[in-house]
Amino acid sequence: MLSTPFLSVVIMKLPLETAWLVIWQRIYLTTRLGARKGGRQMKLFEYRAKAILMKHGIPVPEGFVVTSPDQIRRIGGPSMVKAQVLIGGRGKAGGIKPAGNVDEARKAVASIIGMNIRGCVAKEALIERMLDVAKELYLGVTIDRSRRCLLLMASPDGGMDIESVSEDRILMLPIDPLIGFQPFMSRKVVSFMGLPEEQSTELARTCERLVQLAIHEDAELVEINPLVVTKDGRLVAGDAKITIDSDALFRHPEFDKFEEELTSLEAKAKQLDIAFVQLDGNIGVIANGAGLTMATLDSINMFGGKAGVFLDLGGTDDPEKVKSAMVLMKEANQKVVLLNIFGGITKCDTVAKGVLEAIETEKITTPIVARIKGVNEDVARDMLKDAGMIPASGLSEAAELASKESLR
Amino acid sequence: MAILVDNKTRVVVQGITGYQGQAHSRAMMDFGTQVVAGTSPGKGGQEVNGVPVFESVADAISEKRANASCIFVPAPFCKDAALEAISAGIKIVVIITEHLPVHDAIHVVSVARAKGVTVIGPNCPGLASPGKAKVGILPNKIFKQGDVGVVSRSGTLTYEIVNAITEDGRGQSTCVGIGGDRVSGTGFTEILELFERDKQTKKIALVGEIGGTAEEEAAAYVKDSVKKPVVAYIAGRTAPPGKRMGHAGAIIARGRGTAESKIKALEAAGVRVAELPTDVPKLLGER
Repeated sequence: MLSTPFLSVVIMKLPLETAWLVIWQRIYLTTRLGARKGGRQMKLFEYRAKAILMKHGIPVPEGFVVTSPDQIRRIGGPSMVKAQVLIGGRGKAGGIKPAGNVDEARKAVASIIGMNIRGCVAKEALIERMLDVAKELYLGVTIDRSRRCLLLMASPDGGMDIESVSEDRILMLPIDPLIGFQPFMSRKVVSFMGLPEEQSTELARTCERLVQLAIHEDAELVEINPLVVTKDGRLVAGDAKITIDSDALFRHPEFDKFEEELTSLEAKAKQLDIAFVQLDGNIGVIANGAGLTMATLDSINMFGGKAGVFLDLGGTDDPEKVKSAMVLMKEANQKVVLLNIFGGITKCDTVAKGVLEAIETEKITTPIVARIKGVNEDVARDMLKDAGMIPASGLSEAAELASKESLR
Repeated sequence: MAILVDNKTRVVVQGITGYQGQAHSRAMMDFGTQVVAGTSPGKGGQEVNGVPVFESVADAISEKRANASCIFVPAPFCKDAALEAISAGIKIVVIITEHLPVHDAIHVVSVARAKGVTVIGPNCPGLASPGKAKVGILPNKIFKQGDVGVVSRSGTLTYEIVNAITEDGRGQSTCVGIGGDRVSGTGFTEILELFERDKQTKKIALVGEIGGTAEEEAAAYVKDSVKKPVVAYIAGRTAPPGKRMGHAGAIIARGRGTAESKIKALEAAGVRVAELPTDVPKLLGER
């Protein structure tokens, strides 16, 4: 049977609708789940995305996932071997190879596993039956920020990056949640795609299921590109991208166990619920709030400095978190640290205490420019000054001092 | 005058018994806000900071004539809380809660629009009209009554700029933090429209950041419909593309949402764009 039973088992319940679903379910059950939590979005591997399409009744090619060539015992016919990475352009990078028999498939897998595709290393390969392609379409659902609703996108020009398709060839259909996805909308898609009658019902059904999928799975992006029209007239998802809204994980325990591939510092930051981004300068910026952190980065730049780490404590100015941030900063090895906290109700002296404790216990010797604003800010400033830090009263002053220090 | 919240605003704090709810209902009252009620299911009959706690928003309305809500409940229960407020008849719902699932935000916002309810947020610091009322978590002491209307997608950066305006000797009519999530109840254009009509507001400061196209849409609106002088600051000029900078919305994706495109659009609409957040008061003075 097409399975990889030695891999860790994750229990998922899927409706058994078709024979292929059985195979997919095996893959689902027996393969390490793949996803990355990058920031606040979570992209799924193609095979994982396809299992979800299947669950919602959208056909995908039959296939299975392996992590090494010797796991392949047989392939059902001419197949494609596809590197499982979360970055585009894998085809051009050699991450997709055809295979006519088991030997070719093993060879392809051997070359794909471990392949570095634009910084992402493939650990798994999806082996899929080749489709008899008559036509390639594009179908996607995403969030329309301006209209504040879901947006269905459809194009008869599938197979290429949707960004390179001219706008008059893309139908954008906003879906008002109070109206929902209705048949009159699918009729628009069908007529725009210019498909023959025999495929129109199936396309309409696919559109509806895709929208339902986005809502039920809390996806912020679902993309089928290409949506293949086969020579025998079926609609099959050739490739699939799904991004889950990580804010909705509390109601999707099935996604929560996904392994993450983060650098050790990023993983630590994530555990502490701190936004951590590595940049290419040498000033480590700790601030609270994304906007303020970015404004701090921009201000540093204005004074000739360059930020090396972006560390956003979030809406809180909890001293414990400040302390953890200082520890992370030490590990990130920056030349100067700029601490810019604009507190609301939290007392600045408590925050300062967190900073001082971290300096003492972690033996931090990096120069620190500190600007803390909020309740008891004067007390805090004196505390930090006494500890040898460079106090600043305003954002611009802090940015200037940090930049000077970094260029010294 | 001011916009959205004033002396007549009567706030119900949803989730008043939690740490944030307690601390910020106190701070709101210190600001001069009429916090008339709180809700917390299962805790009706208690008091927080002398404010009665009710089982439901409907009770807070019938007992205390609440007309605005400030929501602190955790994300998994936030959609329910917001829909409860809308359903009970509250006309201004301020959602402080962060990490609200985007599909929940879409649902709440569309219901609010259909019912003619103003939702501010989610993931926002709220709004304040100095000398009148504050609904949210903005620090009290940075404000001063005045003639600048501030609208911002950011949280703490808003404080930075409001503080700079106050230190410069000017004050604010109303400051609205609309929130940094991908889907917000109220956008720049709706607030600009209110500021343009408000008699107290003479000048407008707009604080944007990278990601999305809200600033470009605001620029188009300013060009067509705003006669009052507008000064802007856009955070994220030096942010690298493809990296999410903390906020859900703050990402430059596929070449869209860059600071350059926003600054260009705003300048083309006659908006002065400050290079540093601390330059905003200076530019306001020149207009």
